[in-house]
Amino acid sequence: MRRVLAAVLCGVLFGVGLALAQMIDPNKVLAFLDLAGTWDPSLILVMGGGAGVTALLFPWVLRRSRPRLDSQFHLPAKRRVDGQLLSGAALFGIGWGLAGYCPGPALVALTLGTAEPWLFVAAMIAGSLACKVWLDGGR
Amino acid sequence: MSQFTPYTALGGGLLIGLAAVLLLYLNGRIAGISGILNGALVRHAGDTAWRVAFIAGMLAGGAAFWWLTPHAFAPRQGFPVGLLLAAGFLVGFGTRLGSGCTSGHGVCGLGRRSLRSLVATMTFVGCGMLTVYITRHLLGVQP
Repeated sequence: MRRVLAAVLCGVLFGVGLALAQMIDPNKVLAFLDLAGTWDPSLILVMGGGAGVTALLFPWVLRRSRPRLDSQFHLPAKRRVDGQLLSGAALFGIGWGLAGYCPGPALVALTLGTAEPWLFVAAMIAGSLACKVWLDGGR
Repeated sequence: MSQFTPYTALGGGLLIGLAAVLLLYLNGRIAGISGILNGALVRHAGDTAWRVAFIAGMLAGGAAFWWLTPHAFAPRQGFPVGLLLAAGFLVGFGTRLGSGCTSGHGVCGLGRRSLRSLVATMTFVGCGMLTVYITRHLLGVQP
């Protein structure tokens, strides 16, 4: 139960951060990706600010033997840069550039009262499940 | 067109980073939204509730901020539906195949000094920029 409450708190902070930084506005994101248009570098500060905090404090957190509310850390095991990573990141980048939504902002935008994010998120979940089927089939 | 907003961008970024640090400190989890969502799509005993809770909190926090402050932007409408669906599918497929998105690779992975995340971040930002250049400036299909 405490883990669930902790997740709610972290989610709220994350969502407020996304909204404050206007990342839930796809036009803002596209303006960052549009180097040849009226380029808006704001997203560098969003990602840089976020990564700055994690770079500073993750090492301190990971020095602990375990997190506060769990018996172990759950960290990604993969280390190698491989074709899956590169092709996945490339496909994600193309989709990101086509509409201006990445997963977090798209989910928060569901609350704005327009149909657009619902269509995007439905397609996103379909794409994710299609990839799962494809990966599982290859095993 | 949007303009450079350094203070809110940095402030939002710091909050996102703080949320990621807290989630790792308390629950030992990486705050990657695509990973959290993908894990929530399949049921695993004891692993689903925190994911749903995080996403619900994120929606509540984002919505509360947007509704309680003077709206900085009007939600986009009238964007081509085909483009939207294709984009969503690619984002869903690509983030699962590439094990992460802007938050997991961009914010958390860079903070962990992960080479995989650095390469992924450069790849998706580069491909995003190339895509906007092609669709907006060469083909003119994107508003």
